[in-house]
Amino acid sequence: MSIRIRAAERDGIVTVRALMTHPMETGTAKDSAGNLIPPHHIQTVLAESEGNTVMTAYWNVTISRNPFFQFQFEGSSGDNLKLSWTDNKGESDSVETTVG
Amino acid sequence: MTSNKRRVFLKGSLAAGTVGVAVGAGLLAPSKLLAAFPADVFETRGYEDALEAALGTTEMEEGDIEITAPEIAENGMVVPVTVETGMSDVSEMALFVVENGSPLTSKYILGAGAVPMFATRIKMGESSDVVATVKSNGSWYKASREVKVTIGGCGG
Repeated sequence: MSIRIRAAERDGIVTVRALMTHPMETGTAKDSAGNLIPPHHIQTVLAESEGNTVMTAYWNVTISRNPFFQFQFEGSSGDNLKLSWTDNKGESDSVETTVG
Repeated sequence: MTSNKRRVFLKGSLAAGTVGVAVGAGLLAPSKLLAAFPADVFETRGYEDALEAALGTTEMEEGDIEITAPEIAENGMVVPVTVETGMSDVSEMALFVVENGSPLTSKYILGAGAVPMFATRIKMGESSDVVATVKSNGSWYKASREVKVTIGGCGG
């Protein structure tokens, strides 16, 4: 699992682009033996900067595999940013970066 | 009052140690602050029922909402969608695919200083209207856009 993230500020607006490694299984796909693959998907994505929650996303199984997420908030170059996710199996991942 | 809070805080931080310090400094998310994932809302089938479950309403005016998505998606497994709005005081946004079995793809809670926009990639089972909804000044507004999905097509 990994999260690739880029956060850059321009004119007081921070643009965040993140790519998360995750299968995002819907629960309706079958494996090579014909058995249903259980649902496995990110449910919650949380973005925090300088002690504030700037964005919370709730996702269904219909977000594509290896999810891409872009959002923006008012901030400055040098601000800290943490992005984390949790999935329906209780697994999680997070990344911290500095706004460029 | 004050001493009670302090007692609770101390009690909580005894075991937490450096984690407690990190939470206090805003470096970590206390998971208690995360609202529970509304699984039943996401499993709701049928567009009207999904609207009602996710937004509490099905009656919405058209809003100043821009949806950027391909007219023809070559691959229904990966359809890029961007939603942005010039509406004021936006607190939440959501994205639906009318013809998907469970139409609600995602819901967004905007925090301090968030710009009312998001971009992601979604799965579409077939050609469908994509509906973006925005909660502005406490009321939900919508916009929609048709996306044709060519299963195994060449994008022509």
